[in-house]
Amino acid sequence: MQLIRRIALLVLLPFAAVAGVLPDDRADLMYHYYDGGGVTIDGPSLLVRKKFAEKYAVDASYYVDMVSSASIDVITTASPYKEERTQYGVGFEYLRGKVTYTANFSNSSENDYTADTASLAISQDMFGDLTTVSLYFTRGWDDVTRRGDATFAEKVDRRIYGVDVSQIATKKLIVGLSFETITEEGFLNNPYRQVRFVDPDAALGYSYEPERYPGTRTGNALAIRGRWYLPYRAAIEGDYRFYTDTWDILGHTAEVSYTQPIFDEWTFDVHARFYTQNSAEFYSDLYPRENFQNFLARDKELASMTSMTLGFGLAYEFKPGRLEFLDKAALNFRFDRIHFDYDDFRDLRVTGVPPGSEPLYNFDADVIRLFFSGWF
Amino acid sequence: MRPARLVLAALALLATGGCSRVEPWVKPYERENLADPIMSWDRDPISSSYMLHVYESREGARGAAGAAGGGCGCN
Repeated sequence: MQLIRRIALLVLLPFAAVAGVLPDDRADLMYHYYDGGGVTIDGPSLLVRKKFAEKYAVDASYYVDMVSSASIDVITTASPYKEERTQYGVGFEYLRGKVTYTANFSNSSENDYTADTASLAISQDMFGDLTTVSLYFTRGWDDVTRRGDATFAEKVDRRIYGVDVSQIATKKLIVGLSFETITEEGFLNNPYRQVRFVDPDAALGYSYEPERYPGTRTGNALAIRGRWYLPYRAAIEGDYRFYTDTWDILGHTAEVSYTQPIFDEWTFDVHARFYTQNSAEFYSDLYPRENFQNFLARDKELASMTSMTLGFGLAYEFKPGRLEFLDKAALNFRFDRIHFDYDDFRDLRVTGVPPGSEPLYNFDADVIRLFFSGWF
Repeated sequence: MRPARLVLAALALLATGGCSRVEPWVKPYERENLADPIMSWDRDPISSSYMLHVYESREGARGAAGAAGGGCGCN
């Protein structure tokens, strides 16, 4: 590891020789709302950033999820519940020449899960500022507990390595390439979730047992994107991401978006996103018997699935009369409708049919973001 | 260790590339359109990081979100 650190230092030295710009001082206050599949999550989010001497910047964030869940998992194997997750974050940036050094820390806590995350990043503008290369490393430490079980305490260790390149290709086109490796080790399943297996003695024809995941997971994601300034004042963007991991999940994500300013104050966005994945190697909606294999999962996140999102956003920018310390402000409204469709996750609310022949599950989710931004 | 090596290899390539002078083919005064806020990868970080969280909590794939990324610390 010592050797790797030395090599990293040597390789990074040439970057330190060459000037970027830190983002403007800004505060955002958002209300977010999610409603889908029997789950409602809403809450506030705050993000403030301020720079000093054009060289240093600090940011702080606060985020709350208020969850009310009667999801299909919950109503078929447990009882509806409410909970709250709170996340705090702080960040520091230092700009030296064309190199920006960033450090971030965040803490997320809910009654049965806490997560501490720290990340370091270095970003360099090069080749006449046509290219920006960023490297980052994130480390996460999670503590998993289980309500009603004081003896249950597990951990998750997470490491993320990422490279991101943004390249000005022409006077109207910018392209981006990102690669990220995520490794996780520890208790990776949900301590409450159950899998089902065929049980001829049970009234429903099946019974439940706790899910059991492997203790490690490594995923690799590669994304490419391009944003093009149209011949008139508007922009169009296309994104594609390929994902694969050691649980044999292979995912494709494709997204297109269009941004159109209207008059001077309004900006209209519309976008469509498509996602598809196959199931994890050890996933099954219905195992043939109890304890069928070493690893068991019936989390619909690991099922073979697709999701399709259509959304739009409207922003109104203005100069606030009463808040004189603000240079400008903006009000944003964004709405997304996401349709989730599962190929091997069945709707167990339907009973009275042979196990494994219940209809496949799908649901729609509505996502709303309403936020105020002020630049000062 | 493998990802670290890959990152280092990419770094080494980029670092040595920085030794030769590249003439920018899009001059600074030709970047008016690119400097327009509508050309930003991530105009509203508070909003994009929230959507990442929405997707990462419900889909198996994650990562490589570019400027909006960095992991959400959620399971």
